Amino acid sequence: MNGGLTMNLTLLLYLIPSLIMFGCGVYGFMTRKNMIAIMISLELMLNSIDINFVLFNRYLFPDQMEGMFFTLFAIAIAAAETALALAIIINVFRIAKDVDINKINKLKF
Amino acid sequence: MPLSYTIAVIAIPLLMFLFLGLVGVKMEKKLTGILGCIGMLVTTVLAYGVALTYFFGADQGQMTDGVRQAVTVFNPDWLSFSKTLVVRMGIMLDPIAAMMLIVITTVSMMVHLYSLGYMCDHHGHAEKGFQRYYAFLALFTFSMLGLVVATNLFQIFIFFEMVGVSSYLLIGFYYESPAAIHASKKAFIVTRLADLFFLVGILILSFYTNTFDFFGSEVNGIAGMLDNPQASLAQAGTASFMGCSAMAWALTFIFIGGAGKSAMYPLHIWLPDAMEGPTPVSALIHAATMVVAGVYLVARLFPLYVIEQGAMDIICVVGAFTAFYAAAIACVQSDIKRALAFSTISQIAFMMTSLAVSSAGGELIQIHGGYGLGYMASMFHLFTHAMFKALLFLCAGAIIHAVHSNENDQMHGLHKYMPITSFAFLIGCLAIAGIPPFAGFWSKDEILVAAYQKGIGWGIWMSMVAGMTAFYMFRIYFLIFHWKEHKVHTEHAPADQPWTMTLPLIILAAISVVAGFVPAAKLVTWDGAPLHTQLNWTVACTSVLIACVGIGLAYKMYYKENPLPQRLADRYRGLWTAAYKRFYMDELYQFITHKVIFQGICKPIAKFDRAIIDGFFNMLAEVTNTVSFGIRKLQSGSIQAYVYVYFFGALLIAAVTALFVIF
Repeated sequence: MNGGLTMNLTLLLYLIPSLIMFGCGVYGFMTRKNMIAIMISLELMLNSIDINFVLFNRYLFPDQMEGMFFTLFAIAIAAAETALALAIIINVFRIAKDVDINKINKLKF
Repeated sequence: MPLSYTIAVIAIPLLMFLFLGLVGVKMEKKLTGILGCIGMLVTTVLAYGVALTYFFGADQGQMTDGVRQAVTVFNPDWLSFSKTLVVRMGIMLDPIAAMMLIVITTVSMMVHLYSLGYMCDHHGHAEKGFQRYYAFLALFTFSMLGLVVATNLFQIFIFFEMVGVSSYLLIGFYYESPAAIHASKKAFIVTRLADLFFLVGILILSFYTNTFDFFGSEVNGIAGMLDNPQASLAQAGTASFMGCSAMAWALTFIFIGGAGKSAMYPLHIWLPDAMEGPTPVSALIHAATMVVAGVYLVARLFPLYVIEQGAMDIICVVGAFTAFYAAAIACVQSDIKRALAFSTISQIAFMMTSLAVSSAGGELIQIHGGYGLGYMASMFHLFTHAMFKALLFLCAGAIIHAVHSNENDQMHGLHKYMPITSFAFLIGCLAIAGIPPFAGFWSKDEILVAAYQKGIGWGIWMSMVAGMTAFYMFRIYFLIFHWKEHKVHTEHAPADQPWTMTLPLIILAAISVVAGFVPAAKLVTWDGAPLHTQLNWTVACTSVLIACVGIGLAYKMYYKENPLPQRLADRYRGLWTAAYKRFYMDELYQFITHKVIFQGICKPIAKFDRAIIDGFFNMLAEVTNTVSFGIRKLQSGSIQAYVYVYFFGALLIAAVTALFVIF
């Protein structure tokens, strides 16, 4: 029973940096003006979620592997998505000569 | 099937219309006219074949015991709504339909030919819209033919409307002239108004008789409304409205529909204005064929009208009054086409009256041992009138083409310049005045006999109108062709027109001379049985005498220039002006429509519509608009703002959920 508590305490220790990472991601996403910085913040959030997956899998359901696999999927998809986003940002830069998110609002009208 | 080629008579004009209407613009103008004429010629030959076969041909199922039966050539179902409510489209031949085929195709053929010359200027160049003109002529011919061979009331109604449309298109042919546009609108609106009554009449009639068909057929075993008129009328039972039986209302409404097309008082106001169209069109539509559609309609339902004496009395009174009214106006008109238009109204009223005087007290009046003399006389007069009125109009067209004016005072003394036209016009005048042996004498004489048989008062009234007819026709004739020397005011001296225009005059004049000898009494009777007529010498002599008095009076007043007409006009200034202004009927209509209906009824309704109905929906739109405008800032386009809202929204929901879970 002590082991359970220890395990949960260890889990908590790992969860705190993940939470900090997620908070940084959200803060960066909302405050950065540079689109690349926003994308990096997004990656930060994604990674914190990945850590959560691994953690919960490892500590709560050690005899199953879904969380691990899901994390691998998420990493792969995040890589693809990053490539796509970078491509879009480069194209936007070519057209608008800028990557400031507040100036890229022409699609609205 | 006997006479199945009748379908070609209807189909050729339709195809001609489609062809000329669609491809005509790309073709040489003259070529379209010639094609139209050829198509019409084929139609005419076929129609003559059909009619002559029907009347004289070997028995093809149309004769039973010496009585001519209606032959239904085709009658397929067109719209089947239910077992009983079936609208059919078919071809039916009976004496009046066969006669009308001849009338329509003859006049239409003449007009097609005549228009080749008329619709060109003096250098032989075809007018603008020549192809359109011929396409519309074909459309009109098709509609009119479809109307006369209709097997049921609904088909008649459809073709009635199509005839109205083609009339509208042709009156407004010169669509750049405001007068023509007004005239075409007026014609369309007035006849539409009448057609509304017609439609209501059809609905009432077919509601009680459970059919649109005139005659039933063995195939479907459903009785038509004319198979047994007594039983048809009895089906309405005691249904009545405002003291009159439902059937009386139905038949009166149908008559109003017919009166609209046939220009009976007070729905006549469109016809004089319709003369804005090209003159051959006036000859074809507004003198010879379309305007008799109303007469034809009443004749078609004649077996029902005979029994329903109330409706018949209305027709009688309206007809007799219109005949006199129009004749009185025709006596003072200065525009040749307008005078002829009023003459047409008067003559059609003659036909209507003639139909109506054939019965009294719900029974046909017996004359010479036969029944329905008035019916026969009416159809006979329709036939002869179509010929000589078309002739008169085409002559008028030739004159107008020569002097470039419709007014009498631009004409005068044309006899020397246009001898052929002058003789043709004279023959037309003699025919309409009822001088033997010309066509009008024979038919008008029968009408007068029928009228005298109905009552001496009717007879005297109609004889008087016949006298006026002779007077005003010869007034026009003398004013145009004599009166004084012609003052040439155009670049060319007026002369007889090219052969395309003169030949129809000669043909129609020849027909006007001999048409009276057509044995109509043997052929065109209401029940198909031949009628034995003999000349009623008293009536015939009186009518000729009266006509001669009318002509003599016209000769005295208008043959040589003299101050007598002016003196008379000055003496009866009020009467003369009133007649010249057509007894202010147009002004009355103007007053009723503009002052009473538009100002008194339509304006308040429009106000209600704009303020309340439109206002409500405008308010809805306004509110939506304002609210949307207020909240449009929410969609800023700034992604970070969205994320902000999203993130704190998610937090809020999470907090609320947590609260619920905890407590």
